[in-house]
Amino acid sequence: MRLLTKMSWLELKLFLREPLTVLFAVALPLLVLFVMGGVFGNEVDAEFYRGIGAMDYYVPAYVALVTASVGLISLPVHIAGNRELGVLKRYHASGMPTWVVVGASVITMFIIALFSAVLLVAVAKLVHNIAMPDSTSGVSAAFVVSGLAFAALGVLLGAVLPNARAAQALGVLLWFVMLILGGAGPPPEVLTGVMDPIGRITPLRHAIRAMQDGWLRLDAGLSWLIVALVFVGATAAANRYFRWE
Amino acid sequence: MTSPPSVVTVENLEKRYGSFIAVSDVSFHVDEGEIFGILGPNGAGKTTTVESLQGLRSIEGGEVSVLGFDPRKHAAEIRRRIGSQLQESALPDRMKVWEALDLFGALRAGGRDWKDLLADWGLAKKADARFGSLSGGQQQRLFVALALANDPQLVFLDEMTTGLDPASRRVAWELIRRIRERGTTVVLVTHLMDEAETLCDRLVVVDSGTVVAEGSPQGLIERYGGGVRVRFTHDGDGLSWLGDVPHVTNVDRDRNRYEVRGEGPVLAYVAAALVERGIAPVDLRQERATLEDVFLALTNEETE
Repeated sequence: MRLLTKMSWLELKLFLREPLTVLFAVALPLLVLFVMGGVFGNEVDAEFYRGIGAMDYYVPAYVALVTASVGLISLPVHIAGNRELGVLKRYHASGMPTWVVVGASVITMFIIALFSAVLLVAVAKLVHNIAMPDSTSGVSAAFVVSGLAFAALGVLLGAVLPNARAAQALGVLLWFVMLILGGAGPPPEVLTGVMDPIGRITPLRHAIRAMQDGWLRLDAGLSWLIVALVFVGATAAANRYFRWE
Repeated sequence: MTSPPSVVTVENLEKRYGSFIAVSDVSFHVDEGEIFGILGPNGAGKTTTVESLQGLRSIEGGEVSVLGFDPRKHAAEIRRRIGSQLQESALPDRMKVWEALDLFGALRAGGRDWKDLLADWGLAKKADARFGSLSGGQQQRLFVALALANDPQLVFLDEMTTGLDPASRRVAWELIRRIRERGTTVVLVTHLMDEAETLCDRLVVVDSGTVVAEGSPQGLIERYGGGVRVRFTHDGDGLSWLGDVPHVTNVDRDRNRYEVRGEGPVLAYVAAALVERGIAPVDLRQERATLEDVFLALTNEETE
């Protein structure tokens, strides 16, 4: 446990020493917020956004998006990059347990995502006066579940991809597809043809619905279960494919 | 008389990567408290052998025991008790020297104080430096310090002086001797002959995945060093009689440089024969065979 704490603290410090990744994790969600908020405002239009104001719809979606961006991009790049450089081999040869190495990365990811999400909500409240979470425990649960699901996906990507560049490329691609089709970009109601079915199978769609359930009491259907299953499945696969070198 | 207990025993180790056989038949044992060398050309299977012992590689055949544990079953137990300086590994560029030592020291309760290790390895002034800002030699020394951070019983050093300048290499050798004086057994992988000859109590020479010789550096030199060599320079011809001098087996000449090879008191007989004929070369000397000669004799037949 002492080792996990030490490693997590060290990982967090290392993260903060990378100005570009910090900027990416914190500024990107804010940028998306300003663009979409500027375009759509927070007016209620019954046809779109599940019948609520655009910003009321988007902010829970962006909180879910933050867990996706850290999980799908930062985490795989970190893990694959460390394997590529030989850092993982160095840890392994010294008897560092897998759960400490992976656990510290996931904990660091959660801290970054939490900071980024709180900042996002505070800005959205100030600028657009969005609705605050109806159920704090519901939102917390949705944050933890979607955070775990994307962390598991991120560890899996980091495990199977050979290097940081491949992880970056695939991570950004997946993140972007999920952003557009998963419901954090255009309102799901305007997706036509094959786009909507694809959107429905993205984990982000269900993470957003779980988040909106806690935030706005909008029905989430099976989304909670689906996000939890993504976590279980990706964890099992990551556990099977994790390599030190 | 009882011999000290073996900390490592390897019998008929075999390791394949697909159809490529990296190690076909390697056997040796390492006794407690010695500096044991694994010597061989690049690609001979040295690193594969030690990484198998550290539990970092699967093992296809043979019996291996490290500190009484089988790396196939108890790799984690072994890694906790050994130190390893790997040939190819790294730390995050932005990790500071003290942070790395603090982290690796935390792996084992009662590990060494990292401040002592920093001082030992000449890194005290670099405690706050980032890994990425260190020179190659400083990074190597940090890796060795990390290998010692858990106060191991056995430490593997794989090409640790590669990339060091000659002065730092001498310093590193002294430090390796000090590791042993603290009671830690050292397994040293190297392709540097002077390093092996200076440091190792015993060594194996590995070539193409098999052990081709085993013994102390001096024993190997006596056995494979090719006898005695006497060298001198002489201008002019007419030394063909040298081949008939007692104990001389072979005479080589390159312009004015002569090399006389043989067994036993070659120097005395050659000197006497030269003086008898009024020739007194000022640079007449006997050259000691080195481990390098042994190594070339054992591993480099194709260039003969």
